[in-house]
Amino acid sequence: MCLAIPVKVIELLEAEQALVDVGGVRKEVDVSLVDGVQAGDYVILHVGFAINRLDETEAQKTLAMLREMGVQPEAAA
Amino acid sequence: MKYVDEFRDGKVARSLAQTIAAEVRPERRYHLMEFCGGHTHAISRYGLRDLLPPEIRFIHGPGCPVCVLPIGRIDSAIELARDHGVILCSYGDTLRVPASERMSLLRAKAEGADIRMVYSSADALKIARDNPEREVVFFAIGFETTTPPTAVALRQARTEGLKNFSVFANHVLTPSAIQNILESPEVRELGTIPLDGFIGPSHVSTIIGSRPYEFFAEEFQKPVVIAGFEPLDVLQSVLMLVRQLNEGRAEVENQFSRAVTREGNLKAQALVAEVFELRDRFEWRGLGEVPYSALRIREAYRDLDAEVRFDLPYRSVPDHKACECGTILRGLKQPQDCKVFGTVCTPDNPLGSCMVSAEGACAAYYTYGQFKGSAEVAEAS
Repeated sequence: MCLAIPVKVIELLEAEQALVDVGGVRKEVDVSLVDGVQAGDYVILHVGFAINRLDETEAQKTLAMLREMGVQPEAAA
Repeated sequence: MKYVDEFRDGKVARSLAQTIAAEVRPERRYHLMEFCGGHTHAISRYGLRDLLPPEIRFIHGPGCPVCVLPIGRIDSAIELARDHGVILCSYGDTLRVPASERMSLLRAKAEGADIRMVYSSADALKIARDNPEREVVFFAIGFETTTPPTAVALRQARTEGLKNFSVFANHVLTPSAIQNILESPEVRELGTIPLDGFIGPSHVSTIIGSRPYEFFAEEFQKPVVIAGFEPLDVLQSVLMLVRQLNEGRAEVENQFSRAVTREGNLKAQALVAEVFELRDRFEWRGLGEVPYSALRIREAYRDLDAEVRFDLPYRSVPDHKACECGTILRGLKQPQDCKVFGTVCTPDNPLGSCMVSAEGACAAYYTYGQFKGSAEVAEAS
């Protein structure tokens, strides 16, 4: 129920709607809950609404940390 | 899909699991409650239990909105569609939840009630616009993630002056449920549920932020790590919890920093506060009546409240006697401890709500074949 996915904003439309790319499929969603959404942003999509922006810098940091945390001392040696 | 696939890398998952295995202390157990059904689903779907050392024990929490919705609420929704003749718009998840007298929304629909599955509250508004001669009710359920979209629909209906639209609001609150679990006698005194820390909600937290959990970390000395829903997110959060517990810390940490801040989505919070207020009490399946744990529509929007418009009384209905949904939702039992699990009760023919939703513990165990891992097997291993 709380499932949501990261989607890329392709184009802003009228009335706080936006066209987004959902894994290759274009869909119109409501972006009124997030301020200042721009084309090119990634947003978290839930039941047809963007509920927050995805911070790409933080995503890269988490991925880097994941790789680091997975490194075993013996494997690294 | 970008920002999804990277967090499902099997190689990184295996090495993370090895790091966790190397850091757990063999003399202790780590009982971690994943509050959200989304995490329960991810743990089963990606076989994370099998990757992790036996010292890590997951306790499945009540964060599955379909599971915690009591029978009485589904009965009311059916009453709206059948007796008041409204078009009832519902998210797909609730359609198959068993109600009283072997009824469900799906069965009521088969018998002629006008019940329509919608993807979004915006779809319900559109149905109201397209059917001005009919009453249209949106059956709103869900935690904090799903509440803002309902608030948007209510405000939109007000702006447009849509007279035939109303909302049957059943939105519930995560912090109240966590507090209820922490204050339950089983956790507090009896020690029936050993509970060492929480894997905190992903998308609920994008809205409410990480701040509401600080109270639990401080007051109850339980670490909380807010985690994304992908398998690597869950594994990393388990490692962060293991480290906190090993070091004797009880803090709120945010693994899902790509979407969660301490403050959350303030715009969504403000809108929810404009439209909704706290209910004094609300019945949850499994937890019973929990004070200040749900929302109702504020006075200013009361004319759009289906409970008021149709004068819906609430009747509490006990669960099926054989169904252990309630005890499973409180973390007291595992799905396979239930006598009807996988026999009488299956996803095709669910007896209890935990078998209906993909996020329900029973459905997750059934679908992904986690029949082993019962308490006895885990103890023996």
